[in-house]
Amino acid sequence: MYETQYHRASSVQDAVSRMEAAGEGKYVSGGMTLIPTMKQRLAAPSDLIDLRHIAEMQGISVNGRSVRIGAATTHDEVASAAALKAVCPAICHLAGHIGDPHVRHMGTIGGSIANNDPAADYPAAVLALGATIVTNRREIAADDFFTGLFETALEDSEIITAITFDAPAKAAYQKFANPASRYAMAGVFVAKRDNGEVRVAVTGAGANGVFRQMDMEAALAANWSPDALATVSVDATDLLSDLHADAAYRANLVKVMAKRAVAAA
Amino acid sequence: MGVEGIGARVARKEDKRFLTGKGRYTDDMSVPGMKYAVFVRSPHAHAKILKVDASAAKGMPGVIDVLDGKQILADGIGNLICGWMIHSKDGSPMKMGAWRPLAHETVRYVGDAVAIVVADSVAEARDAAEAVVVDYQELPVVIDASKAIEAGQPQLHPEAPNNLIFDWQIGDETATDKAIATAAHVTEVTIHNNRLSPNPMEPRAALGIYDAGDDHYTCYTTSQNPHVARLVMSAFYNVAPENKLRVIAPDVGGGFGSKIYIYPEEIVCLWASKRTGVPVKWTSDRTEAFLTDAHGRDHVSTVKMAFDASNRIIGLKVDTIANLGAYMSLFSSAVPTYLYATLLSGQYDIPAIHANVRTVYTNTAPVDAYRGAGRPEATYLLERTMETAARELGVSPAELRRVNFIRSFPHQTPVIMNYDAGDYEASLDAAMQAADWNGFAARKAEAANRGMKRGIGMSCYIEACGIAPSAAVGSLGAGVGLWESAEVRVNAVGTIEVLTGSHSHGQGHETTFAQLVADRFGVPLDSVNIVHGDTDKVQMGMGTYGSRSGAVGMSAVVKALDKVEAKAKKIAAHLMEADESDIVIENGELKVAGTDKSVPWFQMALAAYTAHNLPSGMEPGLKEGAFYDPANFTFPAGCYICEVEVDPDTGRTKIVQFVAADDFGNIINPMIVEGQVHGGIAQGIGQALLESVHYDASGQLLTASYMDYAMPRADDLPSFQVSTSNTPCPNNPLGIKGCGEAGAIGSPPALINAITDAIGNNALTMPATPQKVWAAAHAAK
Ligand SMILES: Cc1cc2nc3c(=O)[nH]c(=O)nc-3n(C[C@H](O)[C@H](O)[C@H](O)COP(=O)(O)OP(=O)(O)OC[C@H]3O[C@@H](n4cnc5c(N)ncnc54)[C@H](O)[C@@H]3O)c2cc1C
Repeated sequence: MYETQYHRASSVQDAVSRMEAAGEGKYVSGGMTLIPTMKQRLAAPSDLIDLRHIAEMQGISVNGRSVRIGAATTHDEVASAAALKAVCPAICHLAGHIGDPHVRHMGTIGGSIANNDPAADYPAAVLALGATIVTNRREIAADDFFTGLFETALEDSEIITAITFDAPAKAAYQKFANPASRYAMAGVFVAKRDNGEVRVAVTGAGANGVFRQMDMEAALAANWSPDALATVSVDATDLLSDLHADAAYRANLVKVMAKRAVAAA
Repeated sequence: MGVEGIGARVARKEDKRFLTGKGRYTDDMSVPGMKYAVFVRSPHAHAKILKVDASAAKGMPGVIDVLDGKQILADGIGNLICGWMIHSKDGSPMKMGAWRPLAHETVRYVGDAVAIVVADSVAEARDAAEAVVVDYQELPVVIDASKAIEAGQPQLHPEAPNNLIFDWQIGDETATDKAIATAAHVTEVTIHNNRLSPNPMEPRAALGIYDAGDDHYTCYTTSQNPHVARLVMSAFYNVAPENKLRVIAPDVGGGFGSKIYIYPEEIVCLWASKRTGVPVKWTSDRTEAFLTDAHGRDHVSTVKMAFDASNRIIGLKVDTIANLGAYMSLFSSAVPTYLYATLLSGQYDIPAIHANVRTVYTNTAPVDAYRGAGRPEATYLLERTMETAARELGVSPAELRRVNFIRSFPHQTPVIMNYDAGDYEASLDAAMQAADWNGFAARKAEAANRGMKRGIGMSCYIEACGIAPSAAVGSLGAGVGLWESAEVRVNAVGTIEVLTGSHSHGQGHETTFAQLVADRFGVPLDSVNIVHGDTDKVQMGMGTYGSRSGAVGMSAVVKALDKVEAKAKKIAAHLMEADESDIVIENGELKVAGTDKSVPWFQMALAAYTAHNLPSGMEPGLKEGAFYDPANFTFPAGCYICEVEVDPDTGRTKIVQFVAADDFGNIINPMIVEGQVHGGIAQGIGQALLESVHYDASGQLLTASYMDYAMPRADDLPSFQVSTSNTPCPNNPLGIKGCGEAGAIGSPPALINAITDAIGNNALTMPATPQKVWAAAHAAK
């Protein structure tokens, strides 16, 4: 790791000012992605501005079906939040299957979404739930947020402060883990709203990161059952091929995980 | 056996230290004035070094010096060597290319060391290492061994045309060809044995300390055999004569073979300590470990197995290409030859065997012994072939094996080994019963109802351990003898120190070696200390690998205990005015048999040291040493059965049961033996399902972290059902065979046989990743 200057921000405003004053600053939240990158000397921020101690970015609130998760909330807090589990158990299940206990006690939803790793789990939930990403400057719809591999709509020094969404009628997430990293090799989040709208988001498989599988959405909107997916063919063209899985196999996994998610929802 | 003696399930003495974080590993060692080293490593798989410019790096904060390959050459430090001479079938010696501790002309794999930076802190050393400018001229790369020996490929070493190190054979080719020509059936398969990274929990490390006052070196290092390290560094690398070089291998956190070898880093740290005048410590990070720890396996073989009309094997012909990487590591030549092809008879009575082995240089990390070393490759090849043959012949896999088992001992195979004892059918029966083999059809049907494909597979392995009779290995090319030494020191108050040349890096010697003493003298385990891993304390030893510490190391202890016992009895007889032959040792007392006379152990010991009243002419003191050279290899064997369920939709394999029935001869501590078997099976399952080293075509290592190199985790493994049977080894005093590698040797074929059974497609290579199993299952439809 290269030398860096650590700051503990006390408020969102404080964090922004420190960032703007820094040469090559970076926000750090759980540090579960950023710190390993720094240790490998692939990132060299002059300043690290810690967001985890900002009160307004903490915690989960559930109001009827409306949910707000502070960006600095850890995966473990999401996994074990009873009020959230009551309205949207799928996201708790997802959070409970990220990494290992150490990672879940440090890593945060804001960090995961800001990082937009193509194999991360949360982006699938955010996209399928049609969530809103709340920042210190604006509100961004999930559909507009994830713009490519490790790319998001965030601007320089912009901070995600919270994620908000309305709990769906039914939802589930199924992930086929990479045998080595245990990140998603294909992860599918399905969500159905009271009005019948269905969203299906796929992570781990797309060559350009998380995406919505519209054919599946249409099929499931017409008939919410695993069998409805039997006739949907998943195009492997824009899927990832790597050491662990080629595009054709990922296409298969997307379908299998989608069916299992619908069955589990 | 007593509660702490031979055969007792004694909890490991060393675990208190390990489990409470009180272990002392090389990286924990700190000496005054110590500085930190970082190596500058080649980013290219093959390149000429045009220039190393360290001028900027030397001026950076905290930097003490930067040293390169030209300097180490000028100082006369020698090439790294392979210590086992193999001759090709044309009689020519193996073609060993030069391996410099720091490359100065050519780098041959990604990670090859080029320079060392010594600085006040690791961070400063890293910063400076980045500032060392190495001007490379890239050369073409070859990573695949089969391709590397073809014409027109990139050449690694001028000494080895077409990258061929040796072309060796064993067995009778004419007889084997004849058997194949007259066979009722010939099974032909191609077998790939995947390249593995050893992954000990503790990465390699070295601390080199040069004392200018005494012109003396001390090296703390992560070694499985510190005495061999000292011998090789003195005799071949010209680091320092033995009397001026102390090598200490303190607590070592796993080795699996990878810490047998002497690597560039320990040599360079010692040399750099003299050059810089400060103690120099280097600790590998995990990526460096993936890049530079010697890898294991990487064979491709074609096999022909010939059967007569009654399904008896009449001949076996094997052609193997073994990838040895960019340089020949210390024992690399022995692994695909005498540790491999000599085991190709397996548990079977095969009249004719011929194996041809070509070893090859490629632009990859050096390959050497990894848990099992050659024997897993032989077992996988044989047991996959047997399974394939059983399917082709339409007979049950158990029956095909039964028909071919060796049933009388000793048995001379056509490939050197002379098996001394065994009962292969006993392990097969035990395993089949434990696995409820006969109930499999019902379980398969039940799984099918759930949409799962269930399969079952077996593997009957044999291995040669207790390496090895020195004269025998000497005649086969070994540069060292493979005996072991021991010294038993009884202190004046009766406590006992056992010095051994074996080295414990997870095996539990501090417990099991002490059990021998507790068993012999009835003294408490707590009064016995095991001393190992320091060339200043233990005079000489050959170290721990090849499951040799029990069969060879303990045998040396037994020999020394015999001498101690004889002298102790003489002293006690004298003290009690009894006849020496009437003295028995029980519960910490020396008694006169049939009387109530006794002397406590400690009192006898005190008498030995006060020397006031010893038999006339007897020397004071009680300390005896012994060297033990084994009479033969030992032959652990067993049967493993694996049952799996494959999810046809995803190709994911779940192991639903795993049975191991082993014959290890006599057992000192069943709990430790079970631990060894569990760990070995976990590694075997790792090889079969998960692990594989991948280089891309340019020689970049794609699996350089745990993000891409899949290690087995608890949830990948079932609860193992292990049991042992016992045909004691007739060739060593304890009747021990060895258990350290069996799990890793026997398990991979059982797993692949089970998966191929489940999916109905025999064409599957390791690791059986979900993607491969899914594709194979679909191809079978
Ligand atoms: C061993 C291991 C296993 C893992 N397994 C999984 C897995 O299975 N699935 C999975 O999804 N993830 C996995 N992860 C990643 C983990 O979930 C991370 O916690 C997460 O990706 C990043 O969150 P973080 O809070 O740690 O962010 P950090 O590492 O602190 O930051 C990541 C990036 O986001 C930026 N950032 C952080 N917070 C904000 C914010 N509020 N606003 C704007 N930018 C911000 C940072 O500047 C940085 O660029 C794993 C990580 C590890 C180490």
